[in-house]
Amino acid sequence: MPGDHDPRTGLSRRRWLQSLAAAPLAGALAGCQRPLPFEGEIVGASLELGHRLRSPSSLSTPPADVTETDVLIVGGGLAGLSAAWRLLRRGVERILVLELEPRPGGTATFGESSVTAYPWGAHYVPTPFPENHDLIELLAEIGAIESVGPDGTPVFAEQHLCREPEERLYLGGEWHSGLYPEEGASVEDLRQLAAFRTEIERWVALRDSAGRPAFAVPTSRSSEDPAVRDLDRISMAEWMDQRGFTSPRLRWLVDYSCRDDYGSALEQTSAWAGCFYFAARVREAGQDSQPLLTWPEGLGRIVRHVAGELGDRLRTGVAVMRVNPGPEDSAGPISVTALSAADGTPLRFAARSVILATPQFLVPRLLAELPEDRKAACAEFEYGSWLVANIHLKDRPPSKGFEAAWDNVLYDSRSLGYVVATHQSGRDHGPTVWTWYQPLCDERPHAARQWLMELTWEAAAQRVLEDLAPAHPGLAGRISRLDVMRWGHAMIRARPGFLTGAARELAARPWRGVHFAGTDLSGIPLFEEAQFHGVRAAEEVLASLGMPAR
Amino acid sequence: MHRTPLWLLFLNVLVIATCGLIYELLAGTLASYVLGDSVTQFSLIIGVYLFALGVGAWLSRFVTDALARSFIEVEFAVAILGGFSAPLLFLSFAHLAAFRAILFLVVFLIGVLVGLELPLLMRILKEHLDFEELVSRVLAFDYIGALLAALLFPMLFVPRLGLVRTSLTFGLLNAAVGLWGTWLLRPLLRERGLAGLRLRGAAAVVLLTIGLIKADSLTSLAEDELFPHPVVYAETTSYQRIVVTRSTNHFQLYLNGHLQFNSADEYRYHEALAHPAFAAHGAARRVLILGGGDGLALREVLRYSDVEAVTLVDLDPAMTGLAENFEPLRELNGGSLRDPRVTVFNADAFLWVDPQQHSGAAAARDEFDVILIDFPDPNSYSLGKLYTSRFYHLLQKRMAPGAVVAIQCTSPLTAPQSYWCIIRTLESTGLHVAPYQAAVPSFGVWGYALASREPRDPPGVVPAEVAPQLRFLNDGALRDLFALPVDLAPQTVDINRLDSQALVRYYEAEWKRWN
Repeated sequence: MPGDHDPRTGLSRRRWLQSLAAAPLAGALAGCQRPLPFEGEIVGASLELGHRLRSPSSLSTPPADVTETDVLIVGGGLAGLSAAWRLLRRGVERILVLELEPRPGGTATFGESSVTAYPWGAHYVPTPFPENHDLIELLAEIGAIESVGPDGTPVFAEQHLCREPEERLYLGGEWHSGLYPEEGASVEDLRQLAAFRTEIERWVALRDSAGRPAFAVPTSRSSEDPAVRDLDRISMAEWMDQRGFTSPRLRWLVDYSCRDDYGSALEQTSAWAGCFYFAARVREAGQDSQPLLTWPEGLGRIVRHVAGELGDRLRTGVAVMRVNPGPEDSAGPISVTALSAADGTPLRFAARSVILATPQFLVPRLLAELPEDRKAACAEFEYGSWLVANIHLKDRPPSKGFEAAWDNVLYDSRSLGYVVATHQSGRDHGPTVWTWYQPLCDERPHAARQWLMELTWEAAAQRVLEDLAPAHPGLAGRISRLDVMRWGHAMIRARPGFLTGAARELAARPWRGVHFAGTDLSGIPLFEEAQFHGVRAAEEVLASLGMPAR
Repeated sequence: MHRTPLWLLFLNVLVIATCGLIYELLAGTLASYVLGDSVTQFSLIIGVYLFALGVGAWLSRFVTDALARSFIEVEFAVAILGGFSAPLLFLSFAHLAAFRAILFLVVFLIGVLVGLELPLLMRILKEHLDFEELVSRVLAFDYIGALLAALLFPMLFVPRLGLVRTSLTFGLLNAAVGLWGTWLLRPLLRERGLAGLRLRGAAAVVLLTIGLIKADSLTSLAEDELFPHPVVYAETTSYQRIVVTRSTNHFQLYLNGHLQFNSADEYRYHEALAHPAFAAHGAARRVLILGGGDGLALREVLRYSDVEAVTLVDLDPAMTGLAENFEPLRELNGGSLRDPRVTVFNADAFLWVDPQQHSGAAAARDEFDVILIDFPDPNSYSLGKLYTSRFYHLLQKRMAPGAVVAIQCTSPLTAPQSYWCIIRTLESTGLHVAPYQAAVPSFGVWGYALASREPRDPPGVVPAEVAPQLRFLNDGALRDLFALPVDLAPQTVDINRLDSQALVRYYEAEWKRWN
């Protein structure tokens, strides 16, 4: 089956992953006399702690003091933080956010060093259209919006908009401006690129009978027309096949975009998601895509802001074990048991409402009595894994061709290249931090997670070095530190059929006073979706507490 | 030995004589480039060199046996020392104290070694020739070699190879003479140690060849081609490529291949940058210079006795170091960087003006009466950010009440859209802007902007204190700066923002079109 082969290496996915695993080993053996000339470690994502949630034995702990609260939010990622933010802004002060990791943010978490703050995951958000009031309200709070025009159009602060040059591509031994591999493109390549753009513009221009655009942000505002929904029946690869989009360069661009935004390859991504990527951020045909907002710590800037507002209402290092709502129509509080990640101390909470802002694969473990149909729905959520490295550099390496950009992409690589943390602050010289990303989309999710679990720091560092070596020879000597994050369940996979299936809707329905806010409920791993579900769950809670929704 | 044709031995004399003089010329040229005042430099170099030749000749009497071997060893030593003399001096340019010491040490040592060469060779040859003939022939070839060197050095080697490659090439010639000598003088050499001698010769050849290959990291042949005049200084810092070239009477500074000033007419550029702002302000006491690491704008600022403190922010410590220590530049800027009123910060001005990113808490709140902005043209995105609306917003936090800012804005004739893009960007941040221009022959028609929070009339009188010292501006010339001719008329352009960098695109397109 053609989809099983990487178009460039010709390797099957399994073999490719094996080579991925073997290459660092080979490198380590070849250089075994010479250890890596820098330090670092595997950080974050408490894989072991997370896995302890699966073992019921840890539940047999003596009862602890009960902490009472109005609303308890499980999960301190952007969905949970958004729910908390909305509740705070509506005057609900007695809330608690429990986060497993030592730092909040989920996949938008970030690091800090004497050089700069830097992201560990999500690192930008496109500027919203005026109708996304929630996002505009939040962005105004962090100073990214200077003013709002008379027609409601926000004016974004120059220093928060991604600074030019935004991206460059390494191809044929040189860096080039922009992302499309224009260097050496044939007439046919360029014709197909233009035809692809025309096809996307058709989607941009579309308004259904209800006046909805084909693709909107948040996705729930998108058209329900069959013509649009039917895109979800096929993969983006099939969609391109059907339209004769065979140009390797065009397919690279679209594949890169799918891997970049969804962590899944062309063949694995729903055509709905693929078209959404290109069309949803364009207001009208012929216009440019919405500019991006970014910060040195990526979306960590938003995490930082909301966490600051929460203060000690945000508790990190708390592993929630069970959420026990009372029987069907009991008005009693919901009891929640948890463990302190630091020392295993049992913790108990009682809340009038609970918001589960976790990925859905955790939900059946937290809610033991969840009906079988809902458990089955949760099982339909599939997640991709990522390997992320933050590379501290003593100085910038020289590079051939176009000058350093914010996003630096390598054509001949399955990684996504790297983002420069100091770019946005205008620090173009001296020490910096690069955040290197690789979605592990070329293997079955389970196998990829297994590989990640067994990955050592040395092997990960070698992998990063080998990936960057062609573009930056001698890079190792400039590195002072290289840290690695293994994301087992990094993001929901927008696979064909999932977006229009019944599972998402069922999983999002409140159940016995428990509300659901995970980003994955959208099927598309975007911050706007996290905020949408967080705010939606908060509004549900506000309504159940008898407070008027806005 | 008897079978060796004598002319081959005299060819040796010719080569070593040429080499010796070439090293002397190299040292003299480098010294006059770096230290200025070529009469003094050449005089000193020639004196030291000739004296060293004498020392070498005198020392030759202590070589009593193994004459041939000693001669060959001397050749190898000259090859290495002479061959690497120019690269060594080139690398020590930035450290002036070290440069002088190294210069005279190298000249002296080469002189001693070259001084040993001829006496040794003559003693080797005396077995085979009458004394009269020996002296006449050796000295004749010696002087012919000197003539060759004197003719070829300025006509062929400096323009074609540059100083560094010339030096290494002649080092190779010396090494070749030595290596060849191990065959030519074979009957006079002991078998023992011969292989080692040849090995050392081969090592010298290899080292010098590597040097020739590596010479590209100092200045590449391609780079030398770029500049109209010989490169006398080149350094790649973490920030940029600094190159100084030298024409007959003047020198030029390039950053990343772009001309920053020519000592012939920089006074026009810098007077036009500095004095309109001072004339407009009237009583400037605190001054900020952004860019301008060459210290030339600073020279103009220091003419005002009212000025109490000047802060100069330049990205590259190598640039301000050069302005302070590189003699011709220090002479040109009048040692301005060492003035007690001056504080230098080596920082990216974009970060320095931003109180949130500025590390020095006290300096972060300083405000200035006059701000001079002397950045290189916006030919890259990292320079383009220094011309954005964001930057001008931040800059306003550094403007004291009534402050006047003068900005160099590239050529309004060559790059009109770029020029007006800077003007409109300044205006977009609420500043009142007076565009003006001056003719700077090395650059062409050059554009500036005078910006202030309040609307101001263009200045019409050069401050009396500095008027007698100026070479370009008088009251009439100052007023004329602000009269824009027809071909410099305003253009409709976009604002330069961090997220658009419209200016870099204009600049690239316009200069490409002009060239």
